[in-house]
Amino acid sequence: MNLPTFLGGVHPPEGKELTENKAVEVLRPEDSREFVYPMALHIGAPCSPIVAKGDEVLAGQKIADTDAFVSAPKYSAVSGKVKAIEPRMVFTGAMELSVVIESDGKYTPAPTLHDILGHKPQPSEYVKMIREAGLVGLGGACFPTHVKLSPPKGKVIKHVIVNAAECEPFLTCDNRLMIDSPDEIIKGLEYVLEIFPEAEGVIAIESNKPEAIKIMTEHNKNPKIKVMPLKVKYPQGAEKMLIWSVTGQEVPTVPALPADVGCIVLNTRTTWQIWLAIEKGLPVTERIVTVTGDAVKEPKNLRVPLGLSVRELVNACGGFVEEPVKVISGGPMMGIAMRSLDVPVVKGTSGILALTKNSAYITEESACIRCGKCVEVCPMHLEPTYLDHAVRRRDYDDFEAHGGMNCIECGSCAYTCPASRHLVQSYKDGKAAVNAKRRKAGGK
Amino acid sequence: MDTKLIVSTSPHIHSDFSTRNIMLTVIYALIPAGIMGVYFLGLRSLAVIAACIIACVASEWAWQKINNRKSTINDLSAVVTGLLLAYNLPPTIPLWMAVCGSVFAVIVVKQFYGGIGCNIVNPALAARAMMLISWPTAMTTWTLNGISGATPLATMKAGAITGIPSFWHLLTGNMGGCIGETSSILLILGGAYLVWEDVIPARIPLTYIFTTAILAALFGHGGNTFPVFEMLTGGLLLGAIFMATDYTTSPMSETGQYIYAVGCGLLTALIRTWGGYPEGVSYSILIMNVAVPLIDRYTSPRVFGAPKNNFFRRTGAKS
Repeated sequence: MNLPTFLGGVHPPEGKELTENKAVEVLRPEDSREFVYPMALHIGAPCSPIVAKGDEVLAGQKIADTDAFVSAPKYSAVSGKVKAIEPRMVFTGAMELSVVIESDGKYTPAPTLHDILGHKPQPSEYVKMIREAGLVGLGGACFPTHVKLSPPKGKVIKHVIVNAAECEPFLTCDNRLMIDSPDEIIKGLEYVLEIFPEAEGVIAIESNKPEAIKIMTEHNKNPKIKVMPLKVKYPQGAEKMLIWSVTGQEVPTVPALPADVGCIVLNTRTTWQIWLAIEKGLPVTERIVTVTGDAVKEPKNLRVPLGLSVRELVNACGGFVEEPVKVISGGPMMGIAMRSLDVPVVKGTSGILALTKNSAYITEESACIRCGKCVEVCPMHLEPTYLDHAVRRRDYDDFEAHGGMNCIECGSCAYTCPASRHLVQSYKDGKAAVNAKRRKAGGK
Repeated sequence: MDTKLIVSTSPHIHSDFSTRNIMLTVIYALIPAGIMGVYFLGLRSLAVIAACIIACVASEWAWQKINNRKSTINDLSAVVTGLLLAYNLPPTIPLWMAVCGSVFAVIVVKQFYGGIGCNIVNPALAARAMMLISWPTAMTTWTLNGISGATPLATMKAGAITGIPSFWHLLTGNMGGCIGETSSILLILGGAYLVWEDVIPARIPLTYIFTTAILAALFGHGGNTFPVFEMLTGGLLLGAIFMATDYTTSPMSETGQYIYAVGCGLLTALIRTWGGYPEGVSYSILIMNVAVPLIDRYTSPRVFGAPKNNFFRRTGAKS
């Protein structure tokens, strides 16, 4: 089968068999407990709390917001009382200012966004409604969705692509969402197409999810939307790779955006949340998390309220069979290793992956043997080994000159590297250093 | 949970590719041709192979011990170097010469430049070149079944056609030559295994071998013998499959690898036809090894999304 794909990439073991056939279970604690809502953790400006300690809040009530354009408000998933506004540890290991809510277990609903607006939104109000609902890219990057949906003037959007590739190993939350609620995803995409009348919709799914492809195709009655199976290859779901596979267009090098080639890419869950926001007027207060890995007793897909402790999710899966050495927020290729389980589930928590010492890859790095495998697999066609050398000798200008800022940190190079070089770590360092330098230059 | 969790950068999983696995695969691929070499050229060959491997591993271990560096003998690269050097030596070579060559390969060519991944030329080939200059007679004495004789290429060089072994002997390796270079069929099988295991790209050996054959035919080398003889004789197969594909000393981009392989083929054909030596594989690869940084610099792949207008995307200049 010759399905669309991109040049480069790797084939990591999928690990999806652990959870792909497990229907989503709802985890909704009915007793009183803490829910933590960090103010940052999306791309853009952090929010400021709009509640105070001691305030009563309702489930679905806005608790934080900001005037900044690139940001999105936060909502409480539970009803209860604000216990504290203080720094709490988040999955990155950092301490972030958070609103801590002591729930009452009743989930008393707050007025919906429709109630506040006074009517069901018109297409011209969709983007505003999406911002109001606190929508960010729910694949993990958490880029505010309303910013994506507000392309610069003059850019005509031709394709709205629902990224259902789910190329990250182990994760199956998007797969389950498509199987359980195909109509809502299609409806969500139709709402976006109303914003961009010239665009066609594409639901792009990797071919290792035949059930989802079948269900989505059967439920799609809209001639402007097509379901497109893609070849299974990591990182098929990377925005630029997806656009190439679907439309044959290359998004120009940074700082160009998908809108420059007339594309908008939305995550599956994001599209579903768009439906929820516009149809029901409900903000983002829940998500599906794939709790998996060989250390987890009973891997599951759980629908959980945001703000719940990751430890509760693990407990709901029967705990650990073996003490994990690594617990990752997200998938194994791009996820972030966590310091502690006592961190809240946030919008971008697509998975919790617990690896035992047998499956976690912990090896000392050795010298680069110039095998060129990294060059072969880099989906951005960079030369990872040169970039690595440049960063290690602190030559950030060279890093930039060799296109380092285009790195998407997919990890294909490090996955392949026979010398186990910590390549992604170098690029993160390089990109951060270049960005810091640019900020400094801009500040003068 | 009492145990501390490990925090590190993604990715958190890894392919089963490792330097050691790669070297092991290369060793497996080399073994059949070596067995055939020992079978046709005598047990003495085995002693040469053993001497080279032991000397290479020992010098790498000793060098790193003296310099307080972490030993890298476990990555098996020194074994590969020893094996390749032995395959490039005549079976009659005095063992002390083989040991000298091995020490030179590992210490001077590899470790002086920083160890694995940093050498600028192939260690085994550089050692062979050094030995060829130092002990020209010992390095070019070929015996088969106890009888000294010229290699097929030397015969071709001399303009004779009658002394060339049959096609069958060329394939199996029943002819005079270095220990590991004679058994064409097993070298090709080893190469196919390496390509199958995704250790080497097929484009380097194929381009190299066919370039040599076609150009040598064009140049009228060996009185216009069938080009297939050109491919099966001398160290071409061993060099093209196992030496020219050495990661450290070959280009990383696809375009670069084609340029490099064509360069190797051109030089080999030139040396075979008009050079002072009957054989040119070693020197061709060594010369192209030195050109690799330049080739790499001019053939970096175009970054995804960068303008398509020029073939050579960057010239190495800072933007």
